[in-house]
Amino acid sequence: MSLLEVKDLQVRVEEREILHGLSLNVNPGEVHAIMGPNGSGKSTLSHVIAGKPGYEVTGGQILFRGEDLLEMDPNERAAKGVFLAFQYPVEIPGVTTWNFLHAALNAQRKARGEDEISSPAFLKKVREVAKSLNIPQDMLKRGVNVGFSGGEKKRNEILQMALFEPAVCILDEMDSGLDIDALRIAADGVNALRSPERAMVVITHYQRLLNYIVPDVVHVMSKGRVVKSGGKELALELEESGYAQFEDAA
Amino acid sequence: MNVVAKTETGRALGDAFAAARDRLPGKGKIAEQRREAFEAYERLGLPHRRIEDWKYTDLRALMREVLPLAPAPDAAALGRAADAVKLRAIDGVRRLVLVDGAFAPELSDLGTPEEGLSIRPLREVLDAGDGALSAQAFASDISNPMIALNGAMATDGVVIEIANGAVLAQPLHIVHVASGTAPASTFTRSLLRLGRDTGVTLVESYLAGEGAKAYQTHDGLVVAIGDNARLDHVRLVEDAVDAFNISSATVSLGAHAHFNTFSLTSGGHVSRYQLTITCAGEGSKVETNGVNLINGKQHADTTLFMDHAVPHCASREIFRAVVDDRAHSVFQGRIIVRPDAQKTDAKMMTRALLLSDDAEADNKPELEIFADDVTCGHGATTGALDQSLLFYMRARGLPEKEAQALLIQAFVGEAIETIASDALREVAIAAAQRWLQARA
Repeated sequence: MSLLEVKDLQVRVEEREILHGLSLNVNPGEVHAIMGPNGSGKSTLSHVIAGKPGYEVTGGQILFRGEDLLEMDPNERAAKGVFLAFQYPVEIPGVTTWNFLHAALNAQRKARGEDEISSPAFLKKVREVAKSLNIPQDMLKRGVNVGFSGGEKKRNEILQMALFEPAVCILDEMDSGLDIDALRIAADGVNALRSPERAMVVITHYQRLLNYIVPDVVHVMSKGRVVKSGGKELALELEESGYAQFEDAA
Repeated sequence: MNVVAKTETGRALGDAFAAARDRLPGKGKIAEQRREAFEAYERLGLPHRRIEDWKYTDLRALMREVLPLAPAPDAAALGRAADAVKLRAIDGVRRLVLVDGAFAPELSDLGTPEEGLSIRPLREVLDAGDGALSAQAFASDISNPMIALNGAMATDGVVIEIANGAVLAQPLHIVHVASGTAPASTFTRSLLRLGRDTGVTLVESYLAGEGAKAYQTHDGLVVAIGDNARLDHVRLVEDAVDAFNISSATVSLGAHAHFNTFSLTSGGHVSRYQLTITCAGEGSKVETNGVNLINGKQHADTTLFMDHAVPHCASREIFRAVVDDRAHSVFQGRIIVRPDAQKTDAKMMTRALLLSDDAEADNKPELEIFADDVTCGHGATTGALDQSLLFYMRARGLPEKEAQALLIQAFVGEAIETIASDALREVAIAAAQRWLQARA
């Protein structure tokens, strides 16, 4: 069974159809890259998988370990092991990163019928992860993402990914707004989380990110569909030839 | 005197006052003041929406009538009150309990007071005929009908005096408990006098005993803060959900005095808190902060009047309202800077968070500035929870109500953080959390 299976997904936003029958199969251990021009529906796909309100699914299915993901609330999906690293992580003033992560982790554990994690155990865990991502301790005491740089916000997303240990990670335009050094730190963080049980879906506009996070499968999206799939060499091909050739194919 | 046509309810109260008069402490001048106050109230009656100050809180429609005076508490009432007090006990404070409008020594902590501290029930002060103290306690703005009524009817209260130079480590906690199982009114009036160079923390709580129903609490607090003195004040309104709470506090500050006050309202069906603060001495400083957390059909009104009468004073107001269901929150904040009050620094910020489409929040900030060399500002916002934040939090595993609770705590946190004492900040946070847990 696939870990994540998207079948003929059709999605509308305010009367406009964005995805017109998109299919995707992701197995444990695989890293998939989804590439495509602006407006091809890449971010819509990530939002619908995570359960963002405002999208109307008019057809198709998303199965996670065979279960209907579309029937679940966003928090249920998170507890099951679906993680979306946001393109634009929000700032939450007045809620410390520390408190937020502790509450979120415990909510996920509670939903799975596991015991809550105590403050000392949580502190130890967060410290270890933060250190490996070069995130200073005092950032954890500040409001979630408040006053963080673009790179810090993305590192905070990866910190959460490491902490929650999801089964599927969707990385939405992780490279946007990052300089080359910040990108390398973020990519190293992601690579450290690759494992035979965990799958990743890396959504990106540019091939550059895929030099750092090397995918097993590359999909090209255009106008709300996957128009071509192939190995990692497909990304390089795209870099050479651009997306224009696929505009017609869609 | 003109003959004023009275409503049925007005007449009933008039009869009640006549009947209660003999029970009300204070003779001579005080009795005369009570009569004047009652006549002032009768001329106006219960305030209604055509009176500008009461536009959003129409007591004629919301309260309809003032209930008769509660009977003095019996042993069973004191027992119910004791349970309620215990449930909300705060560690390390000196507790002073008023049950159904009567001071209850058996529930109060009257052990050896610290040096410079004097505590007496109002009834005792009035019975003893202490003219100066009584006059100060009953100095009422009788143009405000509910303050006038409170002055006319007050049965008891606490009179606290702090002698010059005394800085008290232990906070004082006045607890108002309604224990009555039959609907009735209580009228209390308390006085707090801080001498020169003093410091104290006062907590006030409003609670209901088990089974207390549809009662009305009418409270008045008069505070005089001497030169170079500091008062920290925390007020928590956790009345029963069908109760009425009409309270007023009148505070004056001497030179270089400091007043830090915080009020949280989460209980009561209809509440109105009228806070009048006068900077009467140069260099005084005021921080007025408050939070309303209301739902169901609750109505909570905070009406602030900040009077800058002299130069070189500063005032800050931070007010937050969280309004769910069909509840209605009102904040009226008026700052007046008198012609002599140069170099005044006054700022007021009020924000409301609406959690439902039927919730209502009215913010009315007013600045009246008659001096030309001042820094003054105010702002007001009303909005809903940010959906993008909620989605982010839910995508991390937090159920919707939990995510909302974190955002609400952050929203009210800015006001709660102004409480100087760590312990009392925790008490206020706990009260906010009780509200959040009740809606989860």
